[in-house]
Order: sequence, then C-alpha cells, then structure tokens
Amino acid sequence: MSTEALRIVWIYPDLLSTYGDRGNMLILARRAAERGIPAETYEVRSDQSMPHTADIYLIGGGEDGPQALAAQRLIADGGLHQAVAQGAAVLSICAGYQLLGHSFFAKGAKCAGLGLLDITSDRGETRAVGELRGEIDPRLGLPALTGFENHGGRTHLGAHAAPLARVTGGIGNDGQTEGAWAGKILGTYSHGPALARNPAIADLLLRWATGADRLAPLDDTWADRLRSERLAAATPA
Amino acid sequence: MADVRKARTGENTGHTVILTVWQRVVTFESGTLAGVTDGMPLIAKVATSVSKTAAALSRAAGRGDGSVIGGWIGLKIDPDLLAHLAAGRAVALVSGTNGKTTTTRLTAAAVGVLGRVATNSFGANMPTGHTSALAKEGHTPFAVLEVDEHYLAQVIDQTRPRVVALLNLSRDQLDRAKEVAMMAQLWKTALAGHPEIRVVANSDDPMVVWAAAGSPEVTWFSAGQRWLDDSFVCPESGHPIERAQGDWWCTGCPLRRPRPQWVVEDEGVIDPRGDWHLVKLQLPGRVNIGNAATALAVAAEFGVRPIEALPRLSRVASIAGRYAQVDRDGRNIRLLLAKNPASWLEAFDMADQAPTLLSINARDPDGLDTSWLYDVDFSPLRDRPVLITGDRAYDLAVRLQVNQVQFRHVQTFDEALRSVPPGRLEVIANYTAFQDIRAELDRVN
Repeated sequence: MSTEALRIVWIYPDLLSTYGDRGNMLILARRAAERGIPAETYEVRSDQSMPHTADIYLIGGGEDGPQALAAQRLIADGGLHQAVAQGAAVLSICAGYQLLGHSFFAKGAKCAGLGLLDITSDRGETRAVGELRGEIDPRLGLPALTGFENHGGRTHLGAHAAPLARVTGGIGNDGQTEGAWAGKILGTYSHGPALARNPAIADLLLRWATGADRLAPLDDTWADRLRSERLAAATPA
Repeated sequence: MADVRKARTGENTGHTVILTVWQRVVTFESGTLAGVTDGMPLIAKVATSVSKTAAALSRAAGRGDGSVIGGWIGLKIDPDLLAHLAAGRAVALVSGTNGKTTTTRLTAAAVGVLGRVATNSFGANMPTGHTSALAKEGHTPFAVLEVDEHYLAQVIDQTRPRVVALLNLSRDQLDRAKEVAMMAQLWKTALAGHPEIRVVANSDDPMVVWAAAGSPEVTWFSAGQRWLDDSFVCPESGHPIERAQGDWWCTGCPLRRPRPQWVVEDEGVIDPRGDWHLVKLQLPGRVNIGNAATALAVAAEFGVRPIEALPRLSRVASIAGRYAQVDRDGRNIRLLLAKNPASWLEAFDMADQAPTLLSINARDPDGLDTSWLYDVDFSPLRDRPVLITGDRAYDLAVRLQVNQVQFRHVQTFDEALRSVPPGRLEVIANYTAFQDIRAELDRVN
C-alpha cells in the first residue's frame, strides 16, 4: 500500500449531484479512516480542470442539461481519460454512468459520451422508479446489490463491458442486467448514495485503489440490517 | 394529508360511492347556504353544500381534518367550484418548497387585521383543500391560501389572486416532484399570463427571482437562503452563480439579486420605509422571522401596517402540530417537521441542545427514496443524545454512523419518552413520521 494519502475526487458536484450523491464520497472517506488509511477528498467543479492523479473518481446523477454539459466538459478536459489510463478506479451512478459510455440521450438529443465504458444508452418507454436488486457478477466476489433507481434511460452493453449484476428486482439497464464494469470502472443505476447500502462495493474500490488484497473488517451491523430490509422490499423481477 | 397526496395520483376510488350518498344529503342541507353562495350558479350552491357536509361528517367520524374530502366531492359536482368560491374575495396565494404552511398561517393572522380570512390552515394545499377551506368559511372578504408548488398555475387561473408570494425552491421528493429548474419555469410561465398580480418574492433565491422577475409588480423580501445546492447554476444562462456576503449574481448574464424592500435583521424586520420592527414570535428559529417578514410583506399589499399585524403574529403558537409543545410524563416534547434537506437544516437551527428523537418514513407523501439523508449534515447533533425511529430508521442509522453521530434505536415513541430524562425532548420528523407522532399525542395542533 502506498504511504501517500488516498485521493478521492467527486466529479462536478455543481452539475451531477441530484440526490445524496455526496454520500459516496463521505462513505469512502469514512471507511478508509476507520482502517487508518489516510484519505483526502476533492470536489472538482465543472469550471476547474480535472486532476488525473487521484485514486478514486466518483461521478453522480443529474438532470439532462447538466448531464450533457458534464460530458462535454469532461471530453474537452481529458483529465478523467488520463486517470483511467493510469489505473484509477471509477464509481459512476445513473447519469454519470450513462455519460461514461459511447452515447446517451439528454433533452431528446443523442449526445457523445466519454467512451470509457463500452455501453450506449437511450430512452426507455417508462421511467424506472423503485427498489433495485441484483446478483453481482461472481468474478467481483460481492454480496447482492441493493439500491433505489430513478431513471428514464435504458443501457445496452457492448462486448468490452460486463453487467455489474443480474437483475432480481427492478429494471436496471433493461430489466435483465444492471450496471456495467470493466477494469476498475463501475457503473450502476442505483442512484445517489449507492455505497450506503453496498459497503462491499466501497471496500472493492478501496482495495482497487490501495492494491490491498483484503481490508480490516468493520462493524457493519446497521448497514447489514438496512441491506436485509431493502433486499426484502424489492419486488422480484 | 395522505388523502391529499392520493388525490394527486388519482387513487381515491372509494369516494365514488360516497358521492352518491352526498347527492342525497344535499337536499336536506340546502337551507343552510344563505350568504355563502348568493349569486352562484345552482350547481355551485349544491356543490358547496355537499362539500361542507362531507367535511363536517369526515371530522365527526374522526377520519381526518375534513380538509380534503369536502373539496374533492364539491369539485366532482362542479369543476368550477373553486373559481365560484373565490370570486368576490381578495386572495393571496403562498407557494414554495418550504415554509408555506407557516407563512400562510402568519399571513392569514396579519390580513385578519382587516376582516375575516378564509385559509387552508391544515396544509391541504391542492385545489381540493382550497375548495374545502373556502366552502367551510362561508363568505369572507379575504382568503390566504397555501398552494402546492405544482398547482400554482392552476390555482392562479381559478382564484384570480391579488397577491402571490413565492418563498423558495429546492429539491423535495425527486422521485416524484418536478426538477427544481422545471418548477421555476412553470412558475415563470404561470405569472407571465397574469401581469395584474402583485408578486411578493424572495430575493435570496435565484430560482425564485428568475421566476418572478418578469412580472411588472414585484415586492422583494430577503429572508435568507440556507440551502444553496439547487441554485449553483443560473436558470437563465446555465453559467455558475457566485455568492458573497448575502449577495449573488450570475457570471454569464444580468440575473442578479434584486434589492429587497423587506429585510430580516437581528430579531426583527426592516420595512420598505426603513423602519425596523421587533418580531416576537412563539415559533422558534430565524427561519420563522423570515416567514413573518414574508407575511408582513404580503399583508402590506392589502394595506396592513406591520405595527397592526405584529401582535397577531406573536399569538400564533403552532401550526397543525408544527412547533407544538406537549407535556407528558415530565417531558416537554416539541415537534419539528422536516421534509427535505433545506428544512432539516432549519430544524437543527431551531432545536435546543437537548435529547432529540429523529423519525424517518418513506411512504408516498414522503417520497420513497431516502437518498436525501446524505444531503443533510447531521453533525450539529453530535453534542446531544440522539434517538432514532420510524420505518426507515436503518437508513438513518447508517447515515448517522457516517456522520459520526452517536444514536440509539427505539421501536416506539413511548420507548423514546422512557429513554430520556425529564425535560425537553426535541422531535424532528419527516412528513408521515410527524403525523404518526402527532397521533400519539392526540393529534395536537
């Protein structure tokens, strides 16, 4: 593990922070601190240049206009592309997940994405709102995914991205699969503070970022109770 | 209120049967309408009568405040009933994400200087609630109505208000509600069609200013804006909004904070003539001084002077349970309602440093999504004993852990009471959790 502090960047909170997205940054910082891993958090606004040397990047949900603007600025900036090329970990949520793909729809128009995930997104016929549940790709070795989804998009995966989970409740990408991952990039429709219900995903990001095979266990009694309650609340797909 | 929200989503299917019953009841009631419905079409008279009777029976049956059912039935009989009931009254509408129930009550108290005021004081803030309120009060020269922000355009068209007060716009139940910028656009469009309306608007909220600035007659008040996260981007130009020392301006277009005529300063309000008035309230917190300033500004549009209104404001003690204090088993329980991130910050500002019970639900009226918990910084609670309860107590538990706030989970309100020493217990709850606790306290008002 590096002796330097872990650097966590929250991308464009001025544009992509619809609902509780700050939670993911707070949870990562907290789980690092409780293990004695020094961590620094940075909120990078859309009028600032994107640093390429951080370890974990978080990008959240947002409305159509800010989503399109965020994609344009990230493409023009190039910092996130460089960070990913250098092996940074990324957690992308909802609008942030869509814009990492090749293209997405915002305000009725097709917009170019960053192309960091091999996905394309378009509009579904109905809005997906409610509890989301899925069995995560066994290669990631994580317990079930639980989240709340609220999106109008549908996402299609190319050959170079794997579904993050198989849907067992809710819609996700298309009612069959949910989210995507490739390398150290994760994307999910579990919106807002997804890590609150999925501390194992937080720890996966911390392991990727630190290179540690395992992390000291934390007391997740409350998170486990929350998970049980919400997993039971999701309607089976 | 659960009924109100259901009315919006059209789930009141059981009421069709009730309607036929009330159509019979009306024949017995038609003698009671003198004065209220003079000059109305017959159908409106019938609808008013049925509406009042249904509300009275709903209250008598203990089914609720009667603030929705009557209006719902009345509007079924006469879809123009609200317009008929509003005609001939000087109307003020109060809308915004937060503070509208309290501001409506304070405004009604202030306008009451001039004569009787009809108002929807139970927070039933959609057309069914407005119809009930106006039918119930009979003929009054004035009406002050709280309006759900989604319904403002419709209620303006129907009630032809003299004054519309716009308080603030922030995120609230995004799994259902319109996005903040879209709501501001709806307001802007609604006002554009009614240049005759005097608008009283918050100069500190860029979204409100943008929505109101096109109106020819605007009185600006400054009541502060604690929650900034929904107005970092200019709704006009999309450029960032800068802030400094209470001022704000868009970096890409001329939109900026207008100079307010009514300003909160210390424990009082400065009026447009520059006179400062001490505002003594029973309601806690600086936010309520802002609500009082808004009420004074609206009442002034009707000709009420602050010096006349202020004694009436000081007599308002609680509003549909909000800020109510109940003594039980040696504990002084105070109820604070917090529905969204902005109002949580305000509740922390109002609460004493005393044992605090937090209760969270996520039922339909609350919004089903609890993500907003991470938009609230709970760290002000680190210095006091915290108890948590409610349907979604586990969401709250995880949030408080991340925020390093110690807490204890209790299953019931009684358990919470037993867990704290005699003295003040602050209760902060979101919408249905608040109603649950209010029910435990015999529906305190």
